[in-house]
Order: sequence, then structure tokens, then C-alpha cells
Amino acid sequence: MKETRIIMGMPITMNIPAGDRPLRQAAVKIAEKAFDHFVSVDNRFSTYKYDSEMSRINRGEHAEDEWSDEMKEIIKLCENTKKDTDGYFDIVDRQGKLDPSGIVKGWAIRNAADIIRSAGFGNFLVDAGGDIQAVGKNEDGRPWTVGIRDPFKQDEIVKKVVLDNAAIATSGTYIRGQHIYDPKDKTADITDIVSLTVVGDDIYEADRFATAAFAMGKAGIDLIERLPGLEGYMIDREGIATMTTGFYNYEAP
Amino acid sequence: MNKFLLSAGVVAAFALYAFIGQAHTDVSGIQTPIATNANSGTSNNPNASHTVSNAPVDIVYNKTPTKATTPIPAKSRYQKTPPAQTPASTPAPAPVAAAKFKDGTYTGPASDAYFGTVQVQAVVSGGKLSDVNILQYPSDRGTSREISASSLPTLKSEAIQSQSANVDAVSGATQTSQAFIQSLGSALAMAAN
Repeated sequence: MKETRIIMGMPITMNIPAGDRPLRQAAVKIAEKAFDHFVSVDNRFSTYKYDSEMSRINRGEHAEDEWSDEMKEIIKLCENTKKDTDGYFDIVDRQGKLDPSGIVKGWAIRNAADIIRSAGFGNFLVDAGGDIQAVGKNEDGRPWTVGIRDPFKQDEIVKKVVLDNAAIATSGTYIRGQHIYDPKDKTADITDIVSLTVVGDDIYEADRFATAAFAMGKAGIDLIERLPGLEGYMIDREGIATMTTGFYNYEAP
Repeated sequence: MNKFLLSAGVVAAFALYAFIGQAHTDVSGIQTPIATNANSGTSNNPNASHTVSNAPVDIVYNKTPTKATTPIPAKSRYQKTPPAQTPASTPAPAPVAAAKFKDGTYTGPASDAYFGTVQVQAVVSGGKLSDVNILQYPSDRGTSREISASSLPTLKSEAIQSQSANVDAVSGATQTSQAFIQSLGSALAMAAN
């Protein structure tokens, strides 16, 4: 089965190959649970929802000793990531409010993958707004393939990668799109690069480091190069890409 | 057959809605047979029926559901009919009344973004949204690019090469295009009964 729903303001796709009807029915059921998880995450962490736990915390209406276990977990993970990235990952936004979206997405995808795996499925792909965890094989029995979107021509891709039980996350902004700032100088927009893709075994790791590396601008690819188990492909505003030394291992032949 | 799936999203406070297909077990709506996994001999094979469990999965994550808010529908002059509105989120695990979609391919209107035209096509299969194709999207490419010396001499650089290829999915920065969601919403409105 393959289904896309719009949750957390983005298309979220569950792709679970299933060869016969009982399998398809089981896949539909488990996809429903995985979608439910994204809905729950959205309710809890969205800064666009007035009643979310995150929004209530940001308004000072929700004391720390009353935080949910999930909130505590995410805040802890954010603090760890801030240390791991020398402050380049920072969930405090320009208005001084907490916005954990840079880590929540990868975390939620990982949880969704765990949900599907726990039901006995060894072949599936979870895609949340272009951050993807691939497991096993696609419906043709081959490893999943993913394209890196062309930041300048968004109906085309610039690179094809093979994700053999691997994950991919892309941070970026289109030239006329959203603005991403440098947490170390929150008045400055990142403008020298437009896209930074990280591939690795695990979507949570790929996502948090893609977020941090993008905030570093052109130096971000060096961060990925230094991290064992992660490879990167960065595109600057001139359309020049720089890749880590092991990135070629993921390129489709 | 691999499909070229293009994903995009909008983070807009007032345009957040979800289309949730029915979790129905009737598969009569599926029009194409699903290929059997060719590697039936591998150990990671979900096709072996004994590995499939119908027991409910224990979801440990939703311990304290928060109260959901109903999103305010986006207004668009391009939509002939208002999109089928379902609550974007409800506290798990309560089921949500689902919009029902008719199988087919639905092309949304070309929506005006200030930087160009966006047009989206929704493919519905088995009553659910299975693919989103971008038919038109403004090109942001400059007319000339210089290959300048890389500031990171130890890492390989290359000029990017645009291509269309058969892939299972696409990874790119989440788009915040209202025009995209408007076009998609209109396409889905045609599919909804």
C-alpha cells in the first residue's frame, strides 16, 4: 500500500509493499497507526497550534514539572544536539521561543518506522516532507531509490541515491522561500547555500545534523565529513554541489 | 513501477488540514495489482504470513494527548468547491471521520504564486491519495553560473545536473508554497465525494 496524507503541514507518505490481500490489510492498519503518531506529534509540538503543549510552554502556561514524557525527551535530545553541534543546533528561535521542529520530524519518522517494524514488516519507506527512512526493498524487490530535489527547479532532481536500509534528510531554503538563520547570529539569514542533504543509517541522526549543518552555511559539509556514519551533499546558491568523501557509496550506479 | 513522487509542504497557520482515508479493508477500489516482492527468499520478508501480526501495536508515545484545535480553512479564489475539511488532528487514538476519495487522477488548477505558476496533480488509488505530481513549478535557476574554486579543497565539487528519473521518493527542503497546497487541495476536492 502507499498513501499520502498532509499532517504537520507537509505530505507524509507510508509506502509498504504488500503482495497479497491479508498483507495489504495489515499494512493499511499499521500505516493508520503510523499516521496517528504524526498527528499526535503535531498536536504536541506544533508551534502553529495554539493548544499544543509546545505553545502552552512558550506562553508560560505549562510548568516544567508537568511536561509530558515525550516533551521531556525531545527537550533533552535538543540539548544534546546543541552540545554535539557546538551550538549550531538551537531550538530557541529569533523571538526567544522554543521551536523543536528541526528534531521532531526525524524523531517522529524514526518512531513511525519502529511502529511498522514492530508489526513484522521488513520492507517499507516513511517519507515526511522529504525526510525519509527506507527499510528493506521496494515493491520491485530492489533497494529504495530517492532523488535529491533540484533547489532551482523543483519538479526535477539533481542526484539519485540508493538507500539500502538507510535514511536521508535535506535541510534548505529555496531562494524565494523560507528563511533560515544562523543561531549564533540570529539576525543573519543563511544565504550562501540552498540545500544540504545528509544520508546515513538512521533518520533521526540524519535530520538533526542536516538542520545543524545547514545553519553553518558552506562550512556545514565539513561537519558532516567529520561525523562517522553520515555523508552529505551540499548545494550552494550558484548551483555548485560539494559532497563528503564517502557520499559516492550512496549514488545510484 | 516506480513513480516520481514529489513531496512538498506548507507550514501555514491557517492552511493546515489533513485528508485521512478510510481504514477500510475492502480492496475493491485498488485498480492495479500490487507486485509480489521478488526476493521471497530473503529473511526480511513480510510476505511470510506468520510474521504478520494482527495484534494491536502498543503505542507508548501517546501517553498524554493534548487537546486539538480545528484549523481555519484556507480561502482560495482558485477553488471551485471548498476542500473537504476534516479536523487536522485529534487526540490519538480516537478515529477521525474520513473524506472519501474516488480513484483517478485529478489535476488542480494552475495556482498563482507571486513568483510564478504552480500546478499539482493528485492520484487517488484505492480511495486514498497515493501520489502527488508537480506539473508546473516556477523555475528559479539563474541563467549563468560560474564554477568557482571550492572553498573546501579536500572535498569534491561538481555542477549540479538536473534530471528526471524514476525514483521511489524525493528528498528536498520542505516547501512553504501556499500555491502548492491550494492546487493540491483543489485536486483533492474533485476527488472527494
